[in-house]
Amino acid sequence: MADTTANQAVDIPKQGQEGGIIAAITSRLVIAVPYLWLLFFFLVPFFIVFKISLSQTAIAIPPYTPVVDGISDLFSKIGEFSFDNYLWLIEDPLYYRAYLRSVVIAGISTLLALAVGYPIAYGMSRAPISLRPTLLMLVILPFWTSFLIRVYAWIGILKPEGLLNQFLMSIGVINDPLIILNTDTAIYIGIVYSYLPFMVLPLYSALEKMDYTLIEAANDLGCPPLQAFWKITFPLSIPGVVAGCLLVFIPAVGEFVIPDLLGGSNTLMIGKTLWNEFFANRDWPVSSAVAIILLLLLVVPIMYFQHYQAKSQEAGR
Amino acid sequence: MNATWSRFNIVSIVLGFAFLYLPIVILVIFSFNASRLVTVWGGFSTQWYVSLFNNQSFLDAAWVTIRVGLLSATAATVLGTMAALALVRYTRFRGRILFSGMVFAPLVMPEVITGLSLLLLFVAIGLDRGFLTVLLAHITFTMCFVAVVVQSRLITFDRSLEEAAMDLGATPVKTFFQVTLPVILPAIVSGWMLAFTLSLDDLVIASFTSGPGATTLPMKIYSQVRLGVTPEINAACTMLIAVVALGVIAASVVNKQREVQRLRDEQAAQRG
Repeated sequence: MADTTANQAVDIPKQGQEGGIIAAITSRLVIAVPYLWLLFFFLVPFFIVFKISLSQTAIAIPPYTPVVDGISDLFSKIGEFSFDNYLWLIEDPLYYRAYLRSVVIAGISTLLALAVGYPIAYGMSRAPISLRPTLLMLVILPFWTSFLIRVYAWIGILKPEGLLNQFLMSIGVINDPLIILNTDTAIYIGIVYSYLPFMVLPLYSALEKMDYTLIEAANDLGCPPLQAFWKITFPLSIPGVVAGCLLVFIPAVGEFVIPDLLGGSNTLMIGKTLWNEFFANRDWPVSSAVAIILLLLLVVPIMYFQHYQAKSQEAGR
Repeated sequence: MNATWSRFNIVSIVLGFAFLYLPIVILVIFSFNASRLVTVWGGFSTQWYVSLFNNQSFLDAAWVTIRVGLLSATAATVLGTMAALALVRYTRFRGRILFSGMVFAPLVMPEVITGLSLLLLFVAIGLDRGFLTVLLAHITFTMCFVAVVVQSRLITFDRSLEEAAMDLGATPVKTFFQVTLPVILPAIVSGWMLAFTLSLDDLVIASFTSGPGATTLPMKIYSQVRLGVTPEINAACTMLIAVVALGVIAASVVNKQREVQRLRDEQAAQRG
């Protein structure tokens, strides 16, 4: 697995024979331990999910959950084909609607997060240098507080008798409370709020590196500020935009907590569907099939994200 | 610089931070509300904290969460640091692309997929669900975050320091512990803290991989939230926020002191 000894030997010309051997062993260990861990706990499980998604319910359910005997009997009658679970997903419009809604909701939320996050990141990148570390910490800090708590905090704000409606009614903007909780609007708010630091941080690091004398030059040559922004600033911040959007979009598609707590019972998102198949219906093969299709849906953006990460890592070297 | 730090920039930052912080501030304020109604202020009270400390199931869940967090963050830090070293230092080994894929993918992988796949693995190898399975699951998904944090520090690391140490006869292992480790230590510490808070936070992966007797605090809070918003949950959330905020502030103070010390050492070295 580790083919680095040659590389290492070049780095340490003055090493004695014994030191060279130790170096070779440690370098192999440094690679092999996390490699094997991830192979076993990250990659292998996907093959198991795939295997179980092809199997019948009766085989997949462990013997200690007799609750599902009824369902498994029912399921084995549906057919003997191993792609049953996938056919099931295609035939029932509930699933593809859930996939579609998830992608649409995640897409809209990503654009909203970009619209909210860009001015913040831009403002931070233009702040006096002495202030920047503090601002950066203030963006990161909410990310350290519990995701669940931050979503939960919005319930009290958005519900009909909640603080937002109390406030809006007291200043006379509205007469009747707005119904926001348990709608898509609440999901958008929840996703934008929870994932905002993921959007702001890459945008900030892209904007901070920018050479602002370019803008000054453009202004000197008579380019209006807004045009200068679209022609210079925005194109130069594209790497940050791409990274931020991927960091928000990919997890948001499979999000469970936000649609469950803010979206109410009518919201169909695929993360919630998977959760319900697993915990409420206890149908492991179908939830595995849901997971595999979700993974296929996300494989392109995830690969792009990895490619992007590897590229920025090379650039930093 | 001052000309461009315009009113627009200040307004967008202030509004942005208000959006980020107001919900949390409101949550904390209402945890001290005397009224049972969460959205109506009924005077100051600490009764919800008292009732929280008398709630044995909450305390049990908190204890499980803390143990999982401490153990998984420590293991994840060791594994994640090794992964970062492997990624930055060894640019040529077989399967490197797969390895970097496995390090970066968990960062964006929807939690429902990670949770389900780990659960099916544990069932397949016949491991009973409980404390150990939650621990293994948390190590796996947090180690990748540690790897990314440490990696970003390693990339900017000046390797001539290591070369100098080895030219002076230090073994690679000794060089690592005496030269490399002290320099990347701040990144390792923040990696550990990130892993700890991610573990403290996690609901979805823990729900899939946990078993009887290993209910974590987020699982407990979630099951309560489903029944409605109560001041006890606000109190529990406030305490979690306080723990994390204290940790982050302490870490940044320590980091700052180290930075000052390092600058002083460098200046002393230049003078001497």
